[in-house]
Amino acid sequence: MSSEIPEELYDYSKREPRRPTPTDPEVDGYPIPMDVRRRLYQRQQELRQFEQRAYDLFMQNLVKGTSHLSLGMEAVSAGFAEALRPDDYTFATYRGHAHTLSKGVSPGGVMAELLGRENGILQGKGGSMHLTSVEHNMMGSYAIIGAHLCIANGTAWSAQMRGTDQVTVVFFGDGTTNIGAFHEALNFAAIWDLPIVFVCENNLYMEYTPIDYITAVEHPAADRASAYGLDRIVVDGNDADAVYQVATEVVGKARQGGGPSMVEAVTYRHGGHSRADPGKYRPPEEIEAWKNQDPIQVYHSRLLRLGLPEQDLIEIQQSVATMVDEATEFAKSGQPPSPELAMTDLWADGGSSWRN
Amino acid sequence: MAELTYRNAVAYGIAQEMRRDPMLVMLGEDIAGAGGVFKTTVGLVEEFGPLRVRDTPISEQAILGAAMGAAMTGIPVIAEIMFSDFLAVCFDILANEMAKSRYMTGGQMTVPVVVRTANGAGSRFGAQHSQSVENWCMMIPGLKVVAPSTPADVVGLMAAAIRDPDPVVFFEHKSLLASKGEVPDGEIIDELGTAKILREGTDCTIAALAYMVPRALEAAEHLAGDGISAEVIDLRSLVPLDTKAILGSVEKTGRLYTVEENPRLCGWGAEIASIVADEGFWNLDGPVVRITTPHIPIPSADVLEDLTIPSTQRIYDTIKTTLN
Ligand SMILES: Cc1ncc(C[n+]2csc(CCOP(=O)(O)OP(=O)(O)O)c2C)c(N)n1
Ligand SMILES: [Mg+2]
Repeated sequence: MSSEIPEELYDYSKREPRRPTPTDPEVDGYPIPMDVRRRLYQRQQELRQFEQRAYDLFMQNLVKGTSHLSLGMEAVSAGFAEALRPDDYTFATYRGHAHTLSKGVSPGGVMAELLGRENGILQGKGGSMHLTSVEHNMMGSYAIIGAHLCIANGTAWSAQMRGTDQVTVVFFGDGTTNIGAFHEALNFAAIWDLPIVFVCENNLYMEYTPIDYITAVEHPAADRASAYGLDRIVVDGNDADAVYQVATEVVGKARQGGGPSMVEAVTYRHGGHSRADPGKYRPPEEIEAWKNQDPIQVYHSRLLRLGLPEQDLIEIQQSVATMVDEATEFAKSGQPPSPELAMTDLWADGGSSWRN
Repeated sequence: MAELTYRNAVAYGIAQEMRRDPMLVMLGEDIAGAGGVFKTTVGLVEEFGPLRVRDTPISEQAILGAAMGAAMTGIPVIAEIMFSDFLAVCFDILANEMAKSRYMTGGQMTVPVVVRTANGAGSRFGAQHSQSVENWCMMIPGLKVVAPSTPADVVGLMAAAIRDPDPVVFFEHKSLLASKGEVPDGEIIDELGTAKILREGTDCTIAALAYMVPRALEAAEHLAGDGISAEVIDLRSLVPLDTKAILGSVEKTGRLYTVEENPRLCGWGAEIASIVADEGFWNLDGPVVRITTPHIPIPSADVLEDLTIPSTQRIYDTIKTTLN
């Protein structure tokens, strides 16, 4: 019986590979100042090297639990971060290391949190999937699909009520477009004209299942935008300049009272969904094709074409490597959280008592 | 001192707080133009305007999500979920998000949200619009749970809930909406986590909540006719829980009855029975008895609904037959 069922219906690695759209040569000519481009390069290097280190520390069993890396997806986070102000709000999913760092949160504190140390940004009480820094208006990483789109509307609503021009940007995956909260959040943002940008990081997979296999439309976010009166925006998520350009437009629009937008950035994760996943459900040629269009290589080549000396790029890489080493040292030097911490901060009074 | 209905006390209490704090806002389905499906928010949009009292689509996750997000930036928010049964469609935001965000961010996040919702049976609405779900919320670390039984408590506990920096679920009982009571003049601010002894007694303690409170009082009155002196405690708040009031009363009376509208299993009375068994055991002269709705959904027909939730008669009979 099973021999009659086409294998590609359940072994997705046998499916037709989905290759990246080649980098648009016109992006070289975008009017993006060189200092911005240097920062975009540096940010992507930070995200890449940090995640690689997180992976290594995993292998050494220093990072416990799970973690979801953004290796291969750095351009989306870097591109948006560059278009934001420090007082803008961001929200991420459990795949949130990159978005936390991009908001300027200390890499040492983030690394320490991954290691479950008291010097982590959440004192070891949140872990990889809940990175948050209220001080940086990085309003959290959320591990239950969909909820944070609704919550992000709240910070946007707050900015609107207070009459500030802060913008909220909420990142989520392609798989998230199939849960009800996604649709509730978009309608809500549209009717209240909220200053918010919904950013779908379409990495082609919902955990272990190809997104096109379980979604009624080709572009899971962009093809739904019109249902909420929003423009259909798809961008090359492996090109930081392309992302930055779109981000500047939609963030600017929200800041000026123009209401919400949704952007679908098409990208790919180099590794598996999470720590335990080797990602074998993907066609090998597909992985190969996307690795050949790695966002950092794409960007490196562009900067060389635009005349930046290679030595400058090497120096950036090296300074980032030093920073990641320091972050690692800081994290390793941290103590395990003291036992009292388990019982603190349930309530605003600092404790966890539910009775007298 | 004015006489108010429980229903009017809701809007009265909210208005008191909205006048005090110009940042306080409110959102929910049909709360503005219509004044709420239970008419508990009548007059608020007229006084505070449609930007502070805002109608929403039927999107419970979006409602609680927006409430939480705004609260995270320091804006106190009251969110209405029309029927408490509907908490099930937004339970993720309540149980996994609001309740946990302070703890899991190492104390960074503060979420001053009050989730108001109409709870309880007595309206012949059937199994999906009649539940008492306070125990759903009580079991989640990070949620405070309040359920007033009188108009004055509605006003005072509403103020306390709104001023509390933690998420509070505020249960308004549908069958109490038309009940009346005196509400003192001037600003009223009550305290969460405080029970009230509404009737003193020496033979047994009856702990009740919301709609079960007037029934417990009535039963106590009948018992008095039989020479049984029952003390009645209105718990008012399940989290925080006033265990001192309960344990203190049991120390005096030696017997404890709980009167719960929630279905039997894991009802709040089970927790109280366990606390009293742990800490008040040597004061007990007999078993703790729970008077609850059976472990069934609430049926619709009046005869059946009346059979399921604890009645004055059932409270009276149970105590009468088990006290000695
Ligand atoms: C409500 C809910 N259902 C299922 C899961 C389990 N889960 C975790 S991540 C994930 C896949 C999400 O895919 P996508 O939105 O594309 O994000 P990606 O991991 O690719 O960044 C699933 C199903 C969950 N966390 N929450
Ligand atoms: Mg995905």
